[in-house]
Amino acid sequence: MDFELSMEQDILRKTVRDFAEKEIAPVARELDQKEFFSLDTCRAMGELGLFGMIVSEDYGGQGMDYVSYIIAVEEIARIDGSHAATIAAGNSLGISPLFYYGSEEQKMKYLPKLCTGEGLWGFGLTEPGAGSDAGNSATTAVLDGDEWVINGSKIFITNASAPNSMGVTVMCKTGKREDGRDELSCILVELGTPGFEAREMHGKMMWRASNTSELYFDDCRVPKENLLGTRGKGFHQMLETLDGGRLSIGAMGVGGAQGAYELALRYSKERVQFNKPVASFQVNAFKLADMAMEIEAARLLLYNACWLRDNHKFFSKHAAMAKLYASEVMGRVTDQAVQLHGGYGLMQEYDVERFYRDYKLLTIGEGTSEIQRLVIARLIGAI
Amino acid sequence: MNIVVCIKQVPDTESVIKIAGDGKSIDTGDIKWVMNPYDEFGVEEALRIVKDQGGEVTVVGAGPARVVEALRTALAMGADKAVHIQDDDLYGADPIAVAKMLAKAIEPLSPDVVFFGQRAVDDDSGVVSSAVAEYLGMPQLSVITKLEIADGKVKGTRPIEGQTVVLEASLPAVISAQKGLNEPRYASLPGIMKAKKKPLETKTPADLGAERSDFIEIATLNPPPDRAPGKTVEGETAQELAANLAKLLKEEAKVI
Repeated sequence: MDFELSMEQDILRKTVRDFAEKEIAPVARELDQKEFFSLDTCRAMGELGLFGMIVSEDYGGQGMDYVSYIIAVEEIARIDGSHAATIAAGNSLGISPLFYYGSEEQKMKYLPKLCTGEGLWGFGLTEPGAGSDAGNSATTAVLDGDEWVINGSKIFITNASAPNSMGVTVMCKTGKREDGRDELSCILVELGTPGFEAREMHGKMMWRASNTSELYFDDCRVPKENLLGTRGKGFHQMLETLDGGRLSIGAMGVGGAQGAYELALRYSKERVQFNKPVASFQVNAFKLADMAMEIEAARLLLYNACWLRDNHKFFSKHAAMAKLYASEVMGRVTDQAVQLHGGYGLMQEYDVERFYRDYKLLTIGEGTSEIQRLVIARLIGAI
Repeated sequence: MNIVVCIKQVPDTESVIKIAGDGKSIDTGDIKWVMNPYDEFGVEEALRIVKDQGGEVTVVGAGPARVVEALRTALAMGADKAVHIQDDDLYGADPIAVAKMLAKAIEPLSPDVVFFGQRAVDDDSGVVSSAVAEYLGMPQLSVITKLEIADGKVKGTRPIEGQTVVLEASLPAVISAQKGLNEPRYASLPGIMKAKKKPLETKTPADLGAERSDFIEIATLNPPPDRAPGKTVEGETAQELAANLAKLLKEEAKVI
C-alpha cells in the first residue's frame, strides 16, 4: 500500500493552492455578491493549465492522471466553490465527453481551444421535467436529410452562456429502440447556431460566480456529423461522464470542507470569550477534531476512487460513495464552521457563510444524495 | 547567456515550527517544504533574461533528497536543467560550508550570472551568496530590485533608506534578489509535466571534491517568548483610568 503522492502531484497542489490564494481569494467574495462570472479569473485558470488536465497533449491537454485533476479541483474549492465549479464542469462535463467519444475531427476542432480555457463547453442533460429521471428526456433530435433538427429545452447547464462559451453537448431522444424504450444520443451544438439560445440563469443561492444556463432549441439544425460517438449510446455516455463528474463533486466537497474548517480553526483560536480563545473550550475543540477527522476520511475515499479509475478498475461504486460522503461531510463541516463563528458567521464579511451556501449544491448536482444511495444500493446487490 | 540560480528549500511559512529535542535544530517531521520565496525572484529573473537574450538556466540546490522537489518546481517554472548536491546533513550547516559546495558545483557550469535570493527565510543568515561570489572570484550585486544586463555588463538597483543606489559590474557576476525585482510566475501544469523530462543531475560532495568545513555551529535555538496576556486598566473615573494607564505605560511597558 502506498499513500504517497508523486512529486508532480505535490508540486501541483502547491501551485494551485498558491494560485487560488493569490488570484481567486481576493475577488471571490465580491464576485459571489454580484453574482458575476469573471472572464479574467477564468482565463487565468486556463493559463495555469486547469482546463484539459486529463486530455492528452496531442489535443492541447496536460495528460495528467485523475488524482492530479482531483487535487486541483480540491485546492480551488478550498478557496471558492464557484471557480471550482467552472473547472470541474469544464473538465468533467465539457471536455471529457468530447475527448472520450468525439471523432478525431471533433477533437481537433474543439479540444485545443477548450484546453486553454479560451472556450468553455456545456453538457446539456437536465431538463425542466427530467432531473434524477434523466433518461426521460423530452428534447428530440430528428434526422432530416443531412441535418439533425433539435427541439426542446435544458436547465441548470454549467458553462453554457459565459462570455467564452462555445457550445454544448446535448442529450436528445433520437428515436425508439427495439425494446420500445427511447433511443438517446448526444449531439454537439455550437453557440450561434440558429434556433439555439443559451440564457444565463440568475438568483442562485450558491456558486453565484459560476455560469449557469437554460438552453432552448427551436428547430435548431446542425450537421449530421455533429453526433457524438455512436447513435443510441447517449445514455451510456452520460452515465460514464457522470461517474467522472461525481469525483469532481467529491473534490469540491473535500476542498470546500477543508476551506471552511481552516476558517473555523483560525477564527476560534483568535476569538476570545470568558477570557479564553473559544477553540480551547472542549465543546469547540471536539467540533474541530471531528471536522479534521471527517475531512481526512472523505479525502481517502475520494483518492481511492480516483486511484481505481487511474488504474482502470471498476470505480462507479466508489465514485458514488465519495461524492455522497464528501458532500455530506462538507454539510456537517460548514454547519459547525458557521456555528463556531457565532453571529459573525451569518455575515457576508466572513467567507464561511459562502461555504455554507455553496455546500448545498453538492448533495443535489450530478446526481442527488438519494440517487447516489440508489447507485450504491444497486451495486452492493441490496436492490 | 548562461545563468545559474541557487535554490534553498525552506519550511513553508505556514508550517508550525517546533524545536527538536537537541535544542539546536527544528523538528522536521510535520513540515511542508517549499522553495525559498526570495529564490523565486531569482528564477523568474533568469527566465526573463533567457527569453530576451537566449541561453540556458540551470538551478542548483543542496541538501537531502527532498530538495529535488524544489528543483523540480523551478524546472516546472521553466528552468532547463538542475543539479542536486545530495547531502543529508547539510540542512542547518554553516553557510560557509554550504557556499563552498555550491561554488564547486557552479564553477564547471561557467555561468555569466549566478542568482540567489537575498536571504533564506528560515535561518536569515544571508551569507551564502556573498561567500559563493568570493569563492568564484566574481563581483556581487546584493539585494537587487531592478536589473539590466547588456554588453557584458550588469547594472543593478538596490533600495536604501529613502533612496536607491545603482551598482555596476562586469560579467560574470553574482546577484542576490530582493522582493520587488519581479513577480514570479506559477509553475504551470504543462510546465509540471515537462519538468518530469528535464535533466536533473545528482552529485555528492565527494563527486565535487568538496570537503565539509563548518566554522560555526548553532549553539541553541529558542522559541519566541509566549505573548503576555493583555491587561485591563482598572479605575472608576476617566481621570483614574487615564492615570492608571499612564502609570502602566511608564512603569511596565516602559514606552513613555
